Amino acid sequence: MPEQSKPILSVKNMSVQFPTLSGVVTAVNNVSFDVGREKVGIIGESGSGKSTTGRAIMRLQPATAHVIADEMRFEDVDLLTASESEMRAIRGRRISMILQDPKYSLNPVMTVGEQIAETVILHERLGRRAARERTLAMLERVNIRDPQRVFNLYPHEVSGGMGQRIMISMMLISSPSLIIADEPTSALDVTVRQQVLSILDDLIRERNIGLIFISHDLNLVKSFCDRVIIMYAGRIVETIEASKLDQATHPYTCGLLEALPSLDRPRDRLETLKRQASWAEA
Amino acid sequence: MSIISVNDLVVSFGSGSDFKQVVKNVAFDVEPGETFGLVGESGCGKSTVLGALAGRIKGWSGSISIDGEAVGPKRSRSQLAKQQMVFQDPFGSLHPRHTIGRTLLEPLEIHGFDQRQERVERVLRDVGLPPGFRHRFPHQLSGGQRQRVAIARALILNPGILLLDEPTSALDVSIQAEILNLLKDLRERDKLTYVLVSHDMAVIAHLCNRVAVMLDGQFVEVASREQLLRGSVQHPYTRTLLDGSRGYVPPPKLAS
Ligand SMILES: Nc1ncnc2c1ncn2[C@@H]1O[C@H](COP(=O)(O)OP(=O)(O)OP(=O)(O)O)[C@@H](O)[C@H]1O
Ligand SMILES: Nc1ncnc2c1ncn2[C@@H]1O[C@H](COP(=O)(O)OP(=O)(O)OP(=O)(O)O)[C@@H](O)[C@H]1O
Ligand SMILES: [Mg+2]
Ligand SMILES: [Mg+2]
Repeated sequence: MPEQSKPILSVKNMSVQFPTLSGVVTAVNNVSFDVGREKVGIIGESGSGKSTTGRAIMRLQPATAHVIADEMRFEDVDLLTASESEMRAIRGRRISMILQDPKYSLNPVMTVGEQIAETVILHERLGRRAARERTLAMLERVNIRDPQRVFNLYPHEVSGGMGQRIMISMMLISSPSLIIADEPTSALDVTVRQQVLSILDDLIRERNIGLIFISHDLNLVKSFCDRVIIMYAGRIVETIEASKLDQATHPYTCGLLEALPSLDRPRDRLETLKRQASWAEA
Repeated sequence: MSIISVNDLVVSFGSGSDFKQVVKNVAFDVEPGETFGLVGESGCGKSTVLGALAGRIKGWSGSISIDGEAVGPKRSRSQLAKQQMVFQDPFGSLHPRHTIGRTLLEPLEIHGFDQRQERVERVLRDVGLPPGFRHRFPHQLSGGQRQRVAIARALILNPGILLLDEPTSALDVSIQAEILNLLKDLRERDKLTYVLVSHDMAVIAHLCNRVAVMLDGQFVEVASREQLLRGSVQHPYTRTLLDGSRGYVPPPKLAS
């Protein structure tokens, strides 16, 4: 197969289980999907397993979690058998993740500027002073107004939206081939959100890489992604071209769309989901 | 006669070098039964306007009258009972170690209402929760149920006005739909007046008759629901917010 059309990530029959006091929770149940050089959205209601799916790929779940799959392949790496040190070499460099709450993925005892600069030194082999200049430029690129001040802040001192932009600025430097973004813009205002998405969009296109975009904003996924995976109770119920989301046929997807107030299709009453047991079956 | 009338409202925080005017000469009227929206970026002063209306924020100047009566920064109990707030976070806004029953009884005790058990039962029914829920704790409820309790707590003093601060932004689309439907039903049944803060223009257009668009402490436009739906808004910032609610709009590419 030519390099271009080979998927970057291939997941076959992956399940994730958590042992809890009240029994085993199957958070992700037998999901299969590929990600190529494209933007793939994952949507679904709270608790449907979106974040768990993203974390399992990065092997970032708690040690008690149990991940099984027939195949989990990232480029030339078998993620099922990769050692912990191989995973460390992959995380943040070849696969980057923007977490739902980015503050937790930054080092709490280092200023955000030092952390970005460290990435610069590692990837671009620049000296300290040049790395600082480059970091300030990156902060500016993600629309942080006062880069000098933000450079010296610790992660707990930045807002959620700033944290998300700091994570994105690190990706601009480390040049991963897959980005997993878990609600990357949920803490951003509309105007900043548009800017950050356009930076992310350019990054994906210019570097020809893959993106998994986890969100429960249906309008956003519809307008930003190429394809959408819809999850319910840990399963993929449907995969659909993003621009055709409105023509989805699965009753769950239709239910989500009907529940959404819309400027284009105002309705007096909104539909609420009438869940069916059959949705959670394969 | 307007049920809420606000003129020259100015709210500031801090002093000396920390002094900051957060709301700058805001004026609006809300008619009985109307829902008035407030939108704008994070930090533009939406919650502060609600806080001044609710009597929670004292450092304001200008004039506010509620139900025909001019109120000051300090309010009497009966003035405070006329409007109640509902907050965004259904997790943070309820006391974790109080049962739902206790949470609902508390305002009744403070305000000296009688027939308390009956009122608790009635308000739970009004928000669509079974009476047995008064023995539960917040962690035993789903996010949507918690937000129903928060609405019940706001309703229990029979206020004419609900001040809703992002009441659905922490909820899933489907649970948001339940709460928006509930708010519509209650508004119709009890002739309630709402002031609704949201960052989602589609939510605003769904519930509001008019919306004030705030930018840095000021109203740049007050638009009607029809204007939002037609897209015939005046200010470019209102348009940005409208477009943003529809999803991602790629920026115009420079000629290549
Ligand atoms: N460490 C854990 N232990 C036990 N259960 C867990 C754990 N992590 C997640 N879960 C459960 O797995 C399910 C899926 O959770 P997940 O966080 O993946 O959902 P999500 O789709 O990302 O939801 P949201 O939109 O709320 O972020 C949920 O039922 C959750 O309670
Ligand atoms: N008690 C306070 N002391 C000092 N400053 C305050 C206080 N409350 C709010 N502010 C400041 O006032 C400004 C407006 O805050 P407000 O909470 O009204 O914004 P908002 O529009 O509700 O934003 P959001 O959408 O983030 O909730 C902000 O700059 C905020 O930091
Ligand atoms: Mg999640
Ligand atoms: Mg607010």
